[in-house]
Amino acid sequence: MSIDRRQFLLITAGVAAAGLAGKQTLSVFAENQARKSDGFAGKRWAMLIDLKKCHENEGCTKCIDACHLTHNVPHFGNKKDEIKWIWKEKFEHAFVEQENYFVPEQVKQKPVLLFCNHCSNPPCVSVCPTQATWKRKDGIVMMDWHRCVGCRYCMAACPYGSRSFNWREPRTHIKQLNPDFPTRTKGVVEKCTFCDERLARGLKPACVESCPVKAMVFGDLENPNSEIRKMLGETFTMRRKPELGTQPEIYYII
Amino acid sequence: MYDTGKVLIGILIFILVFTSPMLINLSGGKASVKANPVLPKSGKCIESKEYMKGYHMEMLDTWRNLVVRQDVRFLKKADGTFFMLNGVKAEMSLTKTCMSCHDNKAKFCDECHNYLEVKPYCWDCHIDPAIAKKGVKK
Ligand code: SF4
Ligand code: SF4
Repeated sequence: MSIDRRQFLLITAGVAAAGLAGKQTLSVFAENQARKSDGFAGKRWAMLIDLKKCHENEGCTKCIDACHLTHNVPHFGNKKDEIKWIWKEKFEHAFVEQENYFVPEQVKQKPVLLFCNHCSNPPCVSVCPTQATWKRKDGIVMMDWHRCVGCRYCMAACPYGSRSFNWREPRTHIKQLNPDFPTRTKGVVEKCTFCDERLARGLKPACVESCPVKAMVFGDLENPNSEIRKMLGETFTMRRKPELGTQPEIYYII
Repeated sequence: MYDTGKVLIGILIFILVFTSPMLINLSGGKASVKANPVLPKSGKCIESKEYMKGYHMEMLDTWRNLVVRQDVRFLKKADGTFFMLNGVKAEMSLTKTCMSCHDNKAKFCDECHNYLEVKPYCWDCHIDPAIAKKGVKK
């Protein structure tokens, strides 16, 4: 049997329409499932870091260690290949726009604890061509490492340096493997996900739990009675680069 | 055609010789390589053997999308109740749920995957329990 041009066009159009219809049903299904899942129920996750408390414990890396152990974050031992979910940075680098000439020594000298800010208006999400990173309804800027193609658009878009790229095979550089969490592969971007896997089981993020001086408070901004909401109402806090309009969800007491 | 009889006998002998491997196999031969996945001694799988044989890869794909993209984490039975595993809700997880029983990747997963020459990339990231015990070498 041979088909002419007209028939061919009709058949392809039919297949395309069927495909579109299928996609429609799938996304409706996905939407319903998402609304039903506990993790998305009317929450807006955020974190408050009390740097004064953090500084009581000079040189402490407990939160970084806990996070990197939980999530199989590799350590290459050099800045170029570095993968970081939580890290420390000088005040003047963390809060670049705060360029007062005279700043208390204590603030100037002590490091600031940095994370992905889980921005309310995340530029990394807008640029990702594969939706490997997206904003969940509960505020978490999530990563799907199955989907990331390693284009690093998100790294260019993020104004906070929160994302790291796996230039090299990460698995061989993990001192102790946590079998409950995957590793990544070469060519994939990674960052903090607010411990989505722990939140799903009703646990707090690993860093928050590991801090000996309780310098981090994690909670739901939608709940007016949450500890974080109360603290934000009582103490003046700062966010990194607010002038960019990304609306970070990590708050600092300086 | 000249020598029809001889030609026909010749063709018959050719066919017999050509198909001899199949004929020998039919009369009681044995396959030299066979996939032989080792099943856990006790416990009951969440799905039937037949379903798993045919569709475990699609099931895992559905799981990954539900868990990662929609935060639907826990495994439900047909009646809507949760599957329990060692006293906690079972997660839709290859390593935490499937491999808590099928803990020997080499003797279970690899057995069929090697036989069929398929190379799933699950373990590029997800951790084979045997490796987790041993630790990775530099
Ligand atoms: S801090 Fe960077 S990676 Fe995190 S949500 Fe904001 S823009 Fe995206
Ligand atoms: S590197 Fe990955 S997460 Fe980042 S924009 Fe590209 S595909 Fe998206």
